[in-house]
Amino acid sequence: MTSSDQTKFVHSPADIPDDWFKWKDKDPEAAETVSRPSLSYWKDAWKRLKKNKLAMAGLVFLVILGILAVIGPILSPYVVTDQNRPDQFLPPSIDHWFGTDSLGRDVFTRTWYGARISLFVGLMAALIDFFVGVIYGGVSGYKGGRTDSLMMRIIEILYGLPYLLVVILLLVVMGPSLTTIIIALSVTGWVGMARIVRGQVLQIKNFEFVLASKSFGTRTPRIIRKNLLPNTMGPIIVQMTLTVPNAIFAEAFLSFLGLGIQSPYASWGVMANDALGAILSGYWWTLFFPAFFISFTMFAFNVLGDGLQDALDPKLRK
Amino acid sequence: MLGYILKRFAVMVVTLWIIITLTFVLMVTLPGSPLNEERTTNETVQANLEAHYNLDEPYYIQYLLYIKSIVTFDFGPSIKQPTETVNDLLGRGFPISFELGMATIIVAVISGIILGIFAALKHNGIIDYLAMTIAVLGISIPNFVLATLLIQTLAVYWNILPAATWSSPVHMIMPTIALATGPMAIIARLTRSTMLEVLTQDYIKMARAKGLKPWKIIIKHALKNALMPVVTIMGTLLAGILTGTFVIEQIFGIPGMGKYFVESINQRDYPVIMGTTVFYSAFLIVMLFLVDIAYGFLDPRIKLHTKGGD
Repeated sequence: MTSSDQTKFVHSPADIPDDWFKWKDKDPEAAETVSRPSLSYWKDAWKRLKKNKLAMAGLVFLVILGILAVIGPILSPYVVTDQNRPDQFLPPSIDHWFGTDSLGRDVFTRTWYGARISLFVGLMAALIDFFVGVIYGGVSGYKGGRTDSLMMRIIEILYGLPYLLVVILLLVVMGPSLTTIIIALSVTGWVGMARIVRGQVLQIKNFEFVLASKSFGTRTPRIIRKNLLPNTMGPIIVQMTLTVPNAIFAEAFLSFLGLGIQSPYASWGVMANDALGAILSGYWWTLFFPAFFISFTMFAFNVLGDGLQDALDPKLRK
Repeated sequence: MLGYILKRFAVMVVTLWIIITLTFVLMVTLPGSPLNEERTTNETVQANLEAHYNLDEPYYIQYLLYIKSIVTFDFGPSIKQPTETVNDLLGRGFPISFELGMATIIVAVISGIILGIFAALKHNGIIDYLAMTIAVLGISIPNFVLATLLIQTLAVYWNILPAATWSSPVHMIMPTIALATGPMAIIARLTRSTMLEVLTQDYIKMARAKGLKPWKIIIKHALKNALMPVVTIMGTLLAGILTGTFVIEQIFGIPGMGKYFVESINQRDYPVIMGTTVFYSAFLIVMLFLVDIAYGFLDPRIKLHTKGGD
C-alpha cells in the first residue's frame, strides 16, 4: 500500500493520515452493492465444474451408464445366465449387439448386468466409507487430545495392513459373494476417509465461527452437523468419487481371481476372466466390452474426482 | 531420530501381530477341520493326524505354536500337494515374483518421474496434457486388461514379443509394462503436482537468479523436494504391485509366487493361502517400515520434531 519513498513511519493505524486513502469507486454507495450474483458454495462449485469439459464428459458417461445399468438387462430379450451352446462366439450383430461368449451368452446383457454389479459395489463401498470414515474421523478430530491420538494409532496400524491381501483372506474364509465383497472392502476401506475428515475437522474446529457457535451454547452434535461437516464436504466428496473406481477395480480384480461374483452371473471382472482364453482365438468382443467399460468407468470417476477437487476447493475460486 | 524409529517399529510389530492373529482366527473359524477331506481315515489315524498337526491342543496352545512356526519361518505343508511345503513354494516362486516386482518398480519410478517432470515444466502445454492423459488412462485401465491387450497386440497380432513364461529378459518386457503402468501413472501425477508447487518457491527463483543452468535447478533443487511425496506412497504402490503380480503371473504363465497363490485360492489350499498371506503381509509391513525410516532420514522436519518431543 505504501510506497518506499514514504519517509514517515507508521506505528499504529491511527497514525495513517487520511489523505493516504482514496475511494476506489467514485460512488462509495456503489461499492456496497453486491456486483456479482450471490452464489452458494454448491452453486459456485457446480458452475466451475461445468466449465471443466473432461469432468463433465465423465459425469455424462456415468449418468448414461447408470441408466443403462438399470434398463439394459430389461431391454434385452436375453437373460444373463442363459446359455445357448450353438450360438457360441457369435460376433456382434443385430441379434447380439455385443456378440456372444463361449457359452453362447449375450455379451450385451451381461455387460449391463456387470455394470449394475460394479456400480453397486462402488457406491456401497463409497457410502460405507462415508459413514464410518466421517463418524470416526469426526469424533477423532473434534475430541482431540488423548482420544485423538489413540484413534489415530489404530488408524496407523490398520493403514499398514495390506488391503487386498486382507480382503482376499476374508473372501476365502467367508466364501465369495457380493455381500462379502462389500463387507471385505469396507473393513479397511474407510481408513483414508477417516484420515481426511479428521485432518479437516482438526483445522476447522478452531475457526472463529465454530467458537462463536460454541459460545452461544450450541451442543456438540449440532456443531458437528451444522458447522464442521458442511465445511469438510468438499474433500469428502472428492474422496468418495475416488473410492468408487478403487472399489470397482477391486471387485473386477477379485472376480478375475475367482473370489468375487461367480460365473454364470456376470461382473466385468468375471467376463474378462472368462474371455482370457477366447481372445487368443480372435473372439475379441468377449474381452473388449467388459474391458472397455471397466476402463471407461474408472476413467470417468477419476476425471470427475479431479474436476470436483478443483471445483470444490474454495481457494481456486476466481 | 531414534525415537521416531522406535515408534515406527512398535507400529510395525503391532500390525504384524494383528495380521498373524487375524489369519489364525480365520483359520480356526473355517468350517470343518483341514483334515476332513480324507474320508477313509479311521479314528485312530485321524487322532494321530490331529496330534501330528497339534489340532488336538486347546486354541491358545495352537495359537502359540502358530506364532512360533511363523517366527521360525516354517509355514507347514501344503494340503493339496502333500510333498511340498509352503516354504518350498515360497522359495521357488518368490525370487521370480521379486524379480518382476523390482523390474516394475524401477520402470515405474523412472518413467513416472520423467513424465511428471516434463508435464510440470511444460505446464498446460501439449506435453503436459499428453502426459496427464497417459497418466489418467494408466490409472483407469486395470492391469489385467492391459496385460491381455498387450498379449493380443504385441504377441498374437504382431508377434514381436513372447506371450508367456519367464525364461529370458525379453519375456519380462510385457509383464513389466502391464504391471508398471498403473504405479507409473500415480507417480507421474504426484511428481507433476508437487513439482508445480516447488517450482514457484522462492529458492527456485533464487537459483535461477544466480544463473544456474535450468537442468541443474531441476535436478539439484526442485526434484529433491518434489520426490518426497513419491517416497511417501512407495509403500502403497508396493502393495499394489505385489497384489498385481497375482493376476499378471496368472495371465502370462509366470511361475512366481502369485501364480501359486491364485492356484491355492482356487483349490482352497488353506495352509498355502495363510502362509503366503502372512509372508506377503510381513514383507509389505517391513517395507512400509523401511520406507517410513527412509522418509525420516530424507525429511529434516521429522528429525526436528522428535528432538523436540524427546
